[in-house]
Amino acid sequence: MNIPSELKYTKDHEWIKVDGDVATIGITDFAQSELGDIVYVEVETVDETLEAEEIFGTVEAVKTVSDLFLPLSGEIIEFNEALEDEPEKVNTDPYGAGWMIKLKCSDLSQVDGLMSADDYKTLIGA
Amino acid sequence: MKNTALTQTHESLGAKMVPFAGYNMPVQYEGINIEHETVRNAVGVFDVSHMGEFLIEGEYALELIQKVSSNDASKLTIGKAQYSCLPNDDGGIVDDLIIYKIKEETYLLVVNASNIEKDWNWIQSKNNIGANMRDLSEDYSLLAIQGPKSIEAMQSLTSHDLSAIKFYNFIVGDFAGIEHVIISATGYTGSGGFEIYCKNNEVKQIWDKVLDAGASFGIKPVGLAARDTLRLEMGYCLYGNDIDDTTSPIEAGLGWVTKFNKDFTNYKALKAEKEHGTNRKLIAFELDERGIPRQGYDIVDSSGKKIGIVTSGTMSPSLGKGIGLGYVPTVFSDVNSKIQIQIRKKAVPATIVKLPFYKG
Repeated sequence: MNIPSELKYTKDHEWIKVDGDVATIGITDFAQSELGDIVYVEVETVDETLEAEEIFGTVEAVKTVSDLFLPLSGEIIEFNEALEDEPEKVNTDPYGAGWMIKLKCSDLSQVDGLMSADDYKTLIGA
Repeated sequence: MKNTALTQTHESLGAKMVPFAGYNMPVQYEGINIEHETVRNAVGVFDVSHMGEFLIEGEYALELIQKVSSNDASKLTIGKAQYSCLPNDDGGIVDDLIIYKIKEETYLLVVNASNIEKDWNWIQSKNNIGANMRDLSEDYSLLAIQGPKSIEAMQSLTSHDLSAIKFYNFIVGDFAGIEHVIISATGYTGSGGFEIYCKNNEVKQIWDKVLDAGASFGIKPVGLAARDTLRLEMGYCLYGNDIDDTTSPIEAGLGWVTKFNKDFTNYKALKAEKEHGTNRKLIAFELDERGIPRQGYDIVDSSGKKIGIVTSGTMSPSLGKGIGLGYVPTVFSDVNSKIQIQIRKKAVPATIVKLPFYKG
């Protein structure tokens, strides 16, 4: 299971890469493998300002559907529109081309509450 | 949790294992879409050894089967199989099953894994006539070899001409070096192929030889997840989803296996249903817009009022759209009429269609 050490993680199986006050967010390799073949990534919250833990979208796999929870508070400034046509990028490259949103963080102190790669590894028993 | 004789084999192939009907079963190996496509275009092999097998024998075997099943088993000759239902006394279905006539006065009933005990007790309760019953479920394994290349890929494993076995016919013969194997031209995918019944201690050899023989045809092991998308594209009912103890065979569209030229459990009420129609019907629908219907979602009318419920739904890997089955009042059930599926906050328009979804 691929868990890059430079990223932050949540118990909802999302990864976060913080660059200045912008966070790039996606789902982990573990999450994509549990979901199986992904069919749609639906994010209809671009330009909205949401609190951490709110639902910002859903990911539909053939077998199941899962909500996407915002790991940090802020404004959703971009959705990875390439996923409209090629949602399978989340399966094949979850930490790269399969990124989902960019978030302008409103409270960077929340970053300290995210999990490290080691913590996440323990969570999923990897 | 029970294992099949192949559980370790699946684990070593890297399958994702899930509990299903009390068995530890492979849900997928490589991925649901690739496994689905393999069956549609080439050949795939499934371990479905969790299925139950009962042998009913003796002078009264046919009489018992006729009494408990809705289809007319007297039409069966040796070497033929028949899809059927076990109706209950209250208008519902105990199980759906396949009945094989093995030889005179000997029938094999293949039932759903989740219903083995219920079916056994049910049939036993109707057996006041002295038919012999044996539960072989724990001793027998079942492989499904499915897909358009099944015949070509498997021919080298048997001395029998596989292309000569017609749909819903079977032979008992040699396969993969094992004698007395049932080779049945049946399946749950709509892509042709065989189901192979053998003893548990024979199945590993057969599995290995099937994968070897199929290698040059692109064979892959296929899990239960793709089995579900394959059967749903054909509109085959799944017990526990689309049919159960409360759904009648008539409303489920199984009138074709409900024959009123003989007496059977709940015959009168089902005959009345067939003659007068049912209040609700199982319908098949395709979404007009993007979305995936799933079991338990509401079916709503154009004003958003709930009219029914989805019993099975998925993204169809072959069609690339959302498909499903569900019950609605008969007035809403005409083919081509419009309904909506409530997917979270959105009512997504859908059209009622004729089965199968996948036309090959």
